[in-house]
Amino acid sequence: MKHITEYRDSTLVKSLVRKIDALNPPACNLMEVCGTHTMAIARAGLRDALPPQIKLISGPGCPVCVTAQRDIDYIVELARQPGVIIATFGDMVRVPGTLSSLERQRGDGARVAVVYSSDDVLSLAEDNPDDEVIFIAVGFETTAPGIAATILEARKRKLKNLSFFVTHKLVPPALAALGGMKDLKIDGLICPGHASIIIGVKVYRSLSAEKKLPCVVTGFEPLDMVEGIYLLVKQIVEGRGEVENQYSRLVREEGNPLAIKTMYKAFEVCDVEWRGLGIIPASGLRLKQSLSELDASRRFKVKPVKSKEPKGCRCGDVLCGKIPPSACKLFGKVCKPESPVGPCMVSSEGSCAAHYRYLVVSI
Amino acid sequence: MCLGIPVKIVKKSGLQAETEVDGVRRTANLIMLPEAKPGDYVLLHAGFAIEVLDKKEAAIRLKLLRQLAESTD
Amino acid sequence: MRDRKITLGHGSGGRLSHEIYNKLVLKYFGNPALDELDDSAIVKGGKDIAFSTDGYVVKPIFFPGGNIGKLCVCGTVNDLSVCGARPLYLSCGMVVEEGFAFSDLEKIIAAMSVECKKAGVNVVAGDFKVVEKGAADGIFINTAGIGRLERRLKVKDIKAGDRVLYLGEVGAHGTAIIIARGNLKIKGAVKSDCRVLSPYLLPLLSVPGLRFMRDPTRGGLSGVLCELAGGSGNSITIKEDALPISKQVNAVCELTGLDPLYLANEGAAVIVVAEKDAAKVIRIVGAQHAAPKIREIGCVEPEKQGRVYMQTASGGRRILEMLSGEQLPRIC
Repeated sequence: MKHITEYRDSTLVKSLVRKIDALNPPACNLMEVCGTHTMAIARAGLRDALPPQIKLISGPGCPVCVTAQRDIDYIVELARQPGVIIATFGDMVRVPGTLSSLERQRGDGARVAVVYSSDDVLSLAEDNPDDEVIFIAVGFETTAPGIAATILEARKRKLKNLSFFVTHKLVPPALAALGGMKDLKIDGLICPGHASIIIGVKVYRSLSAEKKLPCVVTGFEPLDMVEGIYLLVKQIVEGRGEVENQYSRLVREEGNPLAIKTMYKAFEVCDVEWRGLGIIPASGLRLKQSLSELDASRRFKVKPVKSKEPKGCRCGDVLCGKIPPSACKLFGKVCKPESPVGPCMVSSEGSCAAHYRYLVVSI
Repeated sequence: MCLGIPVKIVKKSGLQAETEVDGVRRTANLIMLPEAKPGDYVLLHAGFAIEVLDKKEAAIRLKLLRQLAESTD
Repeated sequence: MRDRKITLGHGSGGRLSHEIYNKLVLKYFGNPALDELDDSAIVKGGKDIAFSTDGYVVKPIFFPGGNIGKLCVCGTVNDLSVCGARPLYLSCGMVVEEGFAFSDLEKIIAAMSVECKKAGVNVVAGDFKVVEKGAADGIFINTAGIGRLERRLKVKDIKAGDRVLYLGEVGAHGTAIIIARGNLKIKGAVKSDCRVLSPYLLPLLSVPGLRFMRDPTRGGLSGVLCELAGGSGNSITIKEDALPISKQVNAVCELTGLDPLYLANEGAAVIVVAEKDAAKVIRIVGAQHAAPKIREIGCVEPEKQGRVYMQTASGGRRILEMLSGEQLPRIC
C-alpha cells in the first residue's frame, strides 16, 4: 500500500525508539487525544516497545465514548419507533444506553443499517420510500463536513423520509477544557492527525503557548506515532512547549477551509454534553435553524428513559485521563468487551477496550 | 477518532472519484477537494476525500527520518 | 431482569458463542463425546468414528469463490479432517424459503456434489423442507458428517517448542462476503478460499510429530489460536510478518477498520507440529496437487499462561483475544 507500507518499516521504528531512549527522557505523561491513536498504538504493540518512563494516556477522542448517555438513550428510543430504519456507522451499534443498545433493539425487531459513508444513506432512503431513515451523525471535525454535505444533498433531493440525529463534537474546546483541569498532569499532547486535516495546525497554538505544552500533530502508522513521540520527548527534554506537525504530508497550517465551510453550511456551534467532561460551551454542532425539518429530534418526539450512567462506571475519569482503565473497580471483572458496562469498553478504540485487550494479562 | 487511509484517484467525474488501493476500489466524494485529480493520493474518511497527500513533502520527511534513524549520537 | 435476546454476536464464533456452548449446550446435552467441544465428536462403536454437524446461513448465498452448497460440504469435511478423521458420509438438511429459484437450488446441489467428489464423501441422508416466504432467508443448510478416525489428535498434546503452521491465506472468505454483500460499496477481486482440505490434511496423519489441527472459520485465526492456547495451557507467539494476508484483504481491512485476524476462513488450517517434523509437514502438503501455501507462523511457548501474542511487524507485541461480539466496520 503506497503511502502506508513505508511507515511500517520495523527497522526504522526500532531505531527511532532507540533515539527516544537516547534523549534520556524523564518520566512523562503523553496524552493521545484521539481514539484511533489508542487503537493504532495497541495494534502495533507500541506500549511494549517504548521506554518504560513514557506513559501514554488516552484522551477524550473517541466519538462513541464521549457521547452522552442521554443521546444514546434517545437514539435507542428512535430505533424503537415503528417504520424507522436507523442508519449508523458500525461504531455506535453496541454502545449501551441506560437500558438497551441498538444491537439489542435489533434483536427486538428494530431495523439498523450499518453504513460506511453518510452518503450511502441517500440511496437507503430512496430505496425505502415507505420507511423513515434516521442517520446518527456522530464524530469530530473529520466526519462532520462529509455528513454536512450529505445533509445538504438530502435537502437538494427533497428526500422526505430522511432525517439526522446530530451529536457532533469539536476537538479544540475539549482540549481547552482538559487544559483547565487542575488534577490532570499531561506533559505533551499527541494531537489527532485526521481531525487536524480539517482544522489545521493553528488551532493548537494558543493552548500550547498558554500552558507551554508540547503538542505534535501525528499520523497513525507506527513510524508516524514513534516520530510524534520522539518530537514530544525532545521538546520536553529541551524545555520547549511548541506546536509541531509530524503529519505534514496531509495536515496544513490552515486545515481544509472548504471542508470547514461545508460543515458550517449545515451546522452551527452549540453547547453540548460530553461524557466525563460535562457540558462544554460551544463544543458541539447542531443543525442550522434553516434545516430543522431534517432534525430527527424534532421530527420524532420520543420520550427516552430517564438516563442513568451505570453505577461504579468511571468512563468519565478515564476519558479525561485522570485514571487508567485498570483503576476502575468494574474493569475486567464486570465490564469486559463482551459485556461492556461503559462506552470506553464498547468502542474498539475506547481506552478500556484497548487496555483490556492489552492488559488482560495482569488481571 | 477517525480512520482514514490514502487512496489513489483513478477516475474522476464531477465531484465523484473512483479511488483505488491495492486493487480494491471505492467511490469517494470530492466535495471538499474539487481540485483533486487522477493520480493524486487522497485521504479517504467515511467515503469522503478530505485532503490531497503532498508526495514531495512525504518524500522529504521520510528522507530526514531515515537520516535521523541512521545518525549516531 | 429482562429476558436476554440472542444477538448476532452470539453467532460470531467468539466469546458470546462460547457462552451458548457452555451455558446452554453443555448444560443440557453434556456427555463425554460432546464435552471436548471439538470440531467433531469421537463416538464409540466398533472402530472409533468422528461425527460433526454444522448449520450454514451465509448471505449472499452465491459469492465469489463459492456458494452455500460448496460451503456446507467443505465446512463439514474440514471439521472431520482436522480432527484426524477420514470423511465418509454426509447428511444434508435443507430449509428453503418459498419462492426460491429452482435453478439456484440446482446450482447449490451441483456445487455440493463437486466438493463431495473431491473429498471422496457421499451424501447418504437428507431432508428438504420449505417454509413460507419470509420465514427463512432464501436457504439454510445443515450438514452432518461421519468420518473414520485414523488418528486421535488432542489439544493437550501441544507442547512447548512446537511449531504453528498455517495452510491457506488469512481473511479471504470473510472479505469476499463483505464485498459481495455490497452495502459498504467496496469493489475488489477477492474470492472466498472455500475448499475441502482433506486431500492436504489426511496425508499428515502419518507424521509422528503432528499434534493438532483446527480450521479457523468463524472467529478467525485469532479465535482458533486462543482456543489452542487455552486448551493446551501453553502460550503461543505468532509473527505478524509471517501471516499470509493478501494485499486486497489487507486493503479492505484498512478501509473498513476490520481486523483480518478475526475474519472467517473456509479453506485454511492451523497445524501444530513438533519442531522436528515441521519441515516434513510443509513438504508433504506441498507435494499434493494444487495445494494452498503452507508456512510457519509461530511457535508454542514454555509459558503456562495460555495466552496468544503477536510480534507486530513494527517491532511491538500485541495480545490476541477472542472476538467479542460481531465485528463491525467502523469509521473510528
